[in-house]
Amino acid sequence: MPKVIVPLGPQHPALKEPGNFTLMLEGEEIVDAALRLGYNHRGIEKAAESRNFIQAMYLIERVCGICSHAHATCYVTNVENICGLELPRRAQAIRVITGELERIHSHLLWLGVAAHEIGFDTLFMYSWRDREYIMDALETLSGNRVHYSINTIGGVRRDIGKEQIEDILKKLDLVESRTNYYIKLATQEPTLHARTMGVGKLPKEEALKRDACGPLLRASGVARDVRKDDPYLLYGELDFKVITSDACDVFGRVYVRVFEILESVKILRQVLNNMPQGPVSVKMPPKVPAGESVTRYEAPRGEDIHYVKTDGGVNPSRVKLRAPTLANFESVAYMLKGDQLADAPLIIAAIDPCFSCTDRMAVVDKLSGQSQIETFKDLRLKSIEHYKRKGIDFSKL
Amino acid sequence: MAKPLAALREVFKNLFTAPSTAGYPHAKACPDAGYRARIKYTPQLCVGCQLCVKNCPANAITITLLNPQDKPITGEDGKVTPPVRKFECKIDLTRCIFCAQCVDSCFKKALCSSQEFELASADKAALTDVTKAG
Ligand code: SF4
Ligand code: SF4
Repeated sequence: MPKVIVPLGPQHPALKEPGNFTLMLEGEEIVDAALRLGYNHRGIEKAAESRNFIQAMYLIERVCGICSHAHATCYVTNVENICGLELPRRAQAIRVITGELERIHSHLLWLGVAAHEIGFDTLFMYSWRDREYIMDALETLSGNRVHYSINTIGGVRRDIGKEQIEDILKKLDLVESRTNYYIKLATQEPTLHARTMGVGKLPKEEALKRDACGPLLRASGVARDVRKDDPYLLYGELDFKVITSDACDVFGRVYVRVFEILESVKILRQVLNNMPQGPVSVKMPPKVPAGESVTRYEAPRGEDIHYVKTDGGVNPSRVKLRAPTLANFESVAYMLKGDQLADAPLIIAAIDPCFSCTDRMAVVDKLSGQSQIETFKDLRLKSIEHYKRKGIDFSKL
Repeated sequence: MAKPLAALREVFKNLFTAPSTAGYPHAKACPDAGYRARIKYTPQLCVGCQLCVKNCPANAITITLLNPQDKPITGEDGKVTPPVRKFECKIDLTRCIFCAQCVDSCFKKALCSSQEFELASADKAALTDVTKAG
């Protein structure tokens, strides 16, 4: 049978973010896949170097619209480590609350996206409707639905009141009962089984070899979770399970995420019912000393790693971050092979990708070993040249 | 065990419940009392320290001294006129990300966050909030 090459993307390959997947098909089956990123580079790491520590916090928060709290917490923890700040327990609790609410909303959002990819739009609408309880809770807690900005260097910006605690607990009851319904649905609904079971196989050894992380790795049977392995904030004292599945397919990923919602509800109840008393922040020193720090954080999509280096000046001298999608992206090509073309969007969506968190740019001249700085103007001219060679002239725009 | 059409009961139940979506813009949307939206400025409280400007992540806010008499003036008759410092605050709504960091930075409480979120306008001038001392 002749092989056919089908480009999937860069526009909306599975979700509303650009990424390119070149699939080689034999009939309907994918025999090879090449992935390409680089359509959404924003230069946030570099931009952070020209902002002060407070300004950079809001910038880093905007690395991702879903894991905004994860990235911001990772960054501020680094700065707090460098300053040697001891975080008050109440501030730690509020960070845990925001982080777990974020996890629930991210997993419900993913469940909706996955349902949409398999054509089960009823489930998509229900899960997104139920997600609104959590979004409302986040709005009450922080003042915004998406970019909570609850963190500040040395603690959190807002305290949580008694009524808010009761309100969140009530919403959690609703979310818990809805999640239990989804679990029931996932075990019964044959269309869901047909579309997810055996699709996008990623055996344990392959997942480890490719450095997968987060729900993708846990759905391949590896119990790895930063909250357990390297506890931060209050997680060391909390009682929760790391959910794993040996299914190694998309169904396993649904399983892990849905049960993780229940675990997050459990964590939230423990924290909300035993809120530590005291202040919610300590004062940031006027000058951040020179130093460096690395922090890991279990974001909804997997492990976030941030590095911050300071030189005693007003701005960070280097900010480096690795979002979970970069770790999980390697596995996508493997998972696509051997599956049907129609399953490709679902397999891509199953890692819960965030391409804009992942795009990086480095110019490496292998021969001379020289590094090079490309300005926005250079890059623009290069892209105009690139398209000119293809017969499209943008230079007049 | 597989049960075809397992979601059907739920679907029927939902057919007879009120819609979950809000009727906005026909119905009024009421954000939470702590929601961060348009920033309000009280010129009488401002001392012009520029802390809000320094920490604004979007470079959206500017505070300008309107009158140059910011030092006490001693007249010929020895009478001292105390300084009168009047400020103007400009917030570019197209740049502002409504983080309310300026509210936190201001130790004089001259800035506060409101719940006004309907800020879109076809008129460019309406996209900059200018508040002056009267
Ligand atoms: S809300 Fe944030 S972005 Fe807007 S003016 Fe204040 S500090 Fe700047
Ligand atoms: S921080 Fe407050 S007092 Fe200082 S310039 Fe800004 S508004 Fe005025």
